[in-house]
Amino acid sequence: MSPPLLRVEDLRVSFVSPHGRVQAVDGVSFEVASGEILAVVGESGSGKSVTALTLIGLTRVPGVRIEGVATLRELDLLGAREDELEQIRGRRIATVFQDALSALNPVYRVGDQIAEQIRAHEDVGRSTARGRAVELLGRVGIPRAKERARAFPHELSGGMRQRATIAMALSCEPELLVADEPTTALDVTIQAQILGLLAELRDEAGIAVVLITHDLGVVAEVADRVAVMYAGQIVEAGSLEEVFYDPQHPYTWGLLGCISRVDRPRTANLPAIPGRPPSLTAPPSGCRFAPRCPHSFPPCATPPPLAIRAGHPDRCWLEPTEKRLRRVVEGRIGLVAGATR
Amino acid sequence: MAAFVVRRLSSMALVLFTVSVLVFAVFNVIPNGDPAVRMAGQAPSDFEIQAIRQEWGFDEPVWVQYATMMRKLATGDVVSYFTQANVVDEIVRGAPHTFSLAIGAALIWFAVGVVLGLVSAVRAGRASDRLITVLAVIGVSVPGFWVGALANHYLGFRLGIFPNGGYVPLTENPLRWAYHLVLPWLTLALLLTGVYARVLRTHLLDTLSASHVQAARAKGITGRQVLLRHVLRNSLIPVVTLWGLDFGVVVGGGAILIEAVFDLEGVGQYAAQAIGDLDVPPVLAVTLFGAFFIVVVNALVDIAYAWLDPRVRPR
Repeated sequence: MSPPLLRVEDLRVSFVSPHGRVQAVDGVSFEVASGEILAVVGESGSGKSVTALTLIGLTRVPGVRIEGVATLRELDLLGAREDELEQIRGRRIATVFQDALSALNPVYRVGDQIAEQIRAHEDVGRSTARGRAVELLGRVGIPRAKERARAFPHELSGGMRQRATIAMALSCEPELLVADEPTTALDVTIQAQILGLLAELRDEAGIAVVLITHDLGVVAEVADRVAVMYAGQIVEAGSLEEVFYDPQHPYTWGLLGCISRVDRPRTANLPAIPGRPPSLTAPPSGCRFAPRCPHSFPPCATPPPLAIRAGHPDRCWLEPTEKRLRRVVEGRIGLVAGATR
Repeated sequence: MAAFVVRRLSSMALVLFTVSVLVFAVFNVIPNGDPAVRMAGQAPSDFEIQAIRQEWGFDEPVWVQYATMMRKLATGDVVSYFTQANVVDEIVRGAPHTFSLAIGAALIWFAVGVVLGLVSAVRAGRASDRLITVLAVIGVSVPGFWVGALANHYLGFRLGIFPNGGYVPLTENPLRWAYHLVLPWLTLALLLTGVYARVLRTHLLDTLSASHVQAARAKGITGRQVLLRHVLRNSLIPVVTLWGLDFGVVVGGGAILIEAVFDLEGVGQYAAQAIGDLDVPPVLAVTLFGAFFIVVVNALVDIAYAWLDPRVRPR
């Protein structure tokens, strides 16, 4: 069997901060195959963006410590030199960022910014590259693409800008697309369009996608597999069905409980996970979620390993039978009840 | 665009009017400012003074004098009280000297400032950054006329490497023109080079942490291209604006001391002499020339800003 497109094993990334070393990513492993969409889910600060940026060498700042393995096919991403990474970025691994307005340079025309990426990787002239940019803009569903290519970023709507950055990401036919919260800054209707576009690209071009998000609604829409991250670690991973219908980790229950659903009776407030994510300079010594977990019990003082206890891996000491009972709150999966009137 | 021009022209008229009234008023209330007494020479009789007053119209009400002065300025007939030389002719004669000084110095402080700013931002916190900071502070703190006087004395007078002041027109001999201007250029640029390096450094560091720069790196363009096209290009916008304004200030009288130190016989030196003599017509004319130029440069800066930053362009 050929190696998976992307393989990340025991990735650890830490930075220097005034308060000590911050272990932003602490032993993350996953694989992504061609044509697959992996969703990495978690709160802000859970390490999901750092994981993604590390893959393309954008976390190589002074004082950073990066350990583990990350390979694209046979290529070692963590050991690659900067000039090798420049060849990979944009061509083999393309990135789409959260806020397209700030991800585009305000002083250049959208088409020229796409053309710049094409010309960085292919030996084509300016006008050819511009023509390709117009074509790409049309392909991601931007009407009057020729005109829009000449627009500056602030002259386009939010949805159109995000389409433009996706067009840019596609320009060199990458094998892997890293989408870091690509829909967070958008309206719900536009979100659905952008997600539809990502799924389409996967189906048509066979592009693999690492979709980083905090929104399980987005995950349910397009992902094949899900990895839930908490405090720099993956706490649960599995197929979309496994994670949504048989969630094993209380943190996942909490995330699922936060989705408001129209097919269930309304609670007065949306249930929220109590407390805040732990400090990554001095994380809890046992289970990192225990301080916020209403189900914590003595074994949680030792860190639970990521192990398969019920079909797919998770990091929780509770027995699967116990979990099945505890994860149902008010007739649905959740961690805590919504406040009642 | 038409509205922009109208707005600019009316604000220019207001600025010029205010400046002229202020200058005129100041010279009317200044002690020993009576031009008739000063023009009459040593130990004049009252009769002589009275005659001068009548001849020059100094016995008229102040606003009439002001109106006459402005009319003469507009027609170009205004003459100095003391040398009787036509003021507009003098300004036209001195303007190339002043512009030669200002343009050369402005190019130097901009170019050197950008290079130093770029180096100190890329090497932020390291030795070269600190060295540039120290040099910038020294450059800003040391008075230009003092440095100019020292340079003129040692490099010009003592060692004879450079000419000891003076000006050669560009049209006459470009090489000698530049040769005479090297020291004045460097002296004038010294003050602002450090300022520009520091201002650019701040903007560069801001831009370096912008998301679009990270996105540009994610595109796979080289680090050098990211730095020049995405970081420097965006950071230059405010610096270019500042440059236009500073250039206006230097031409509009900011280089008087440097002109005097190097005996460049520019508009500034002319004005300085006129102020010493309390000679109102040249002072007024030069002030208005400076104010006019600054207003024009301001308008150009606004246009340049819109050209550099598409976000502020009118749709």
